[in-house]
Amino acid sequence: MKVTRRDLLAGAAGAVVLGKTTRAQTRTPVDPTKVRGTPTSAMGQRARTATPQRLVRGNISSTPHQDLMGIITPSDLHFERHHAGVPEIDPANYSLLIHGMVDRPMVFSLADLKRFPSVSRIHFLECSGNLGRVAGPETTPGLLAGLTSTSEWTGVKLATLLKEVGVQPKATWLLAEGSDAAVLTRSVPMAKALDDALIAYGQNGEAIRPEQGYPARLFLPGWEGNASVKWLRRIEVSDAPFMTREETSKYTEPFANGTARMFSFQMDARSLITYPAFPNTLEPGWVEIKGIAWTGAGKIRRVEVSTNGGATWAAAELQEPVLSMAHTRFRHLWNWTGGEAVIMSRAVDGTGYVQPTRAELLKLRGPGTAIYHMNPITGWVVQATGNVIYKQEPWG
Amino acid sequence: MRRTATLWGATISVTVAVTGAALFAQAPARFGFGRPATPQEIAAIDIDVMPDGRGLPPGRGTSAEGAVIYAAKCAQCHGKTGTEGPNDILVGREPRTGFQFAQNPKLPHTIGNYWPYATTVFDYVRRAMPPTAPGSLTDDEVYALTAFLLHANELIAVDAVMDQSTLARVVMPARQYFVPESRPAPPKPRP
Repeated sequence: MKVTRRDLLAGAAGAVVLGKTTRAQTRTPVDPTKVRGTPTSAMGQRARTATPQRLVRGNISSTPHQDLMGIITPSDLHFERHHAGVPEIDPANYSLLIHGMVDRPMVFSLADLKRFPSVSRIHFLECSGNLGRVAGPETTPGLLAGLTSTSEWTGVKLATLLKEVGVQPKATWLLAEGSDAAVLTRSVPMAKALDDALIAYGQNGEAIRPEQGYPARLFLPGWEGNASVKWLRRIEVSDAPFMTREETSKYTEPFANGTARMFSFQMDARSLITYPAFPNTLEPGWVEIKGIAWTGAGKIRRVEVSTNGGATWAAAELQEPVLSMAHTRFRHLWNWTGGEAVIMSRAVDGTGYVQPTRAELLKLRGPGTAIYHMNPITGWVVQATGNVIYKQEPWG
Repeated sequence: MRRTATLWGATISVTVAVTGAALFAQAPARFGFGRPATPQEIAAIDIDVMPDGRGLPPGRGTSAEGAVIYAAKCAQCHGKTGTEGPNDILVGREPRTGFQFAQNPKLPHTIGNYWPYATTVFDYVRRAMPPTAPGSLTDDEVYALTAFLLHANELIAVDAVMDQSTLARVVMPARQYFVPESRPAPPKPRP
């Protein structure tokens, strides 16, 4: 039987639709030890049968955590959130202007940015609205919390550039502005800018992807993603926040006491079981529960897993190295003997902060459904059939 | 052999220590990379407007002028009167008392009931609207649209002129309800 590449691709697509791998396997045409393989190539490709995809919903696409391993998100699966699409920027024409309350307003080309001392750091980036809002039983980990991803970011410390231009003593805030069609702007406190903010031009060993801000972006470790302005074209140093649309009309949290909070930057500790989850089906026996945990407060200290709806908790194993403000992989062995079970995880960060339940969060905030900065414990129901579905608390 | 190896080791350590100090030279006060920005190139892209009015350009506009532009360039996404959508609902003052957005998450966040600063309307419309041609509106047109939206939200009189001196003085009802970051530091529970 002659099998073409088209057949193989169709087989792979069929496997995705059916949620099984058997069809692709049966289509594998030859004994690979009897046919010379493909030659070397200038650019590698994924295996034909490995087809992870972002879940695209309008101007958002989510990382498919259910398909991933380890802590680094492949760059082409890093989540996206754009406000006016992905701009196409010629790196030869790119420049970053820094002005305002500085001694020397300056323009830096991409080549200039790369001449400065560089740093590389592995950090998560999470959208502050990272909780699936219409989460029914058929919710995957990527749909539930796919707006967080981890990359190794390379760039120049913003503090280095601010020293170069000479920030004036009265400066307390800066405006970061993108060169997308939204010309998106956010105000950033000077303390963060001088602490660990980066102007990043590298992602996982190569140039930042266009969706992540090519050729250069602001990166604020541990803070809500929207503030890490992509396609950065301008920084204006000032003595007050600018009160842009993205920090007033959006990305603010109303409370039951009749106030709305602005500038809630830091992302709190959270964990997510990525296996087993919808749409997995389990067979009785040993199951390695796997997931990721992260916190904008620093390192994850502990992740606890419950397999009985929260009645008891056990410490999961953390994969070393545990990095600050990066996804941390956890694992927990569980012998599923059949019968319905609710599995959950909760993160504890280096400060001792414990990931809250949804009820605890809403009690603190008010009864309405909050959009931003929601980090509740999430659970999956393993049904007696072995099918795993999502269920929002309460689970009892 | 062992003795030699130890000596080699000691020699290498000393060498590393000496050259190491030289390699990790103190960073200079300035590297001298990049070039000075000219006032013209700053002005060309310095488009932000602050709540106190800093950054507002010359120009002027009224609600009547804005209504014409709104009908032509905005209504298709935001509705005839700014209340219909399908995109963000811009007009509406309900609830008239209090700030009940946590209790009622279905309440639209309009300019009239949620935006804390009038200057943000000008800033955002100028930089990002309309999505089909962002940055295409003249400053007079942006002033006029801002006046139209503020008047539709019952925040300024029908004949009020919005310009460099008047816009920043418009008091938004929601202003009093906005507070900066107030969460206690972890490990305390954080709302």
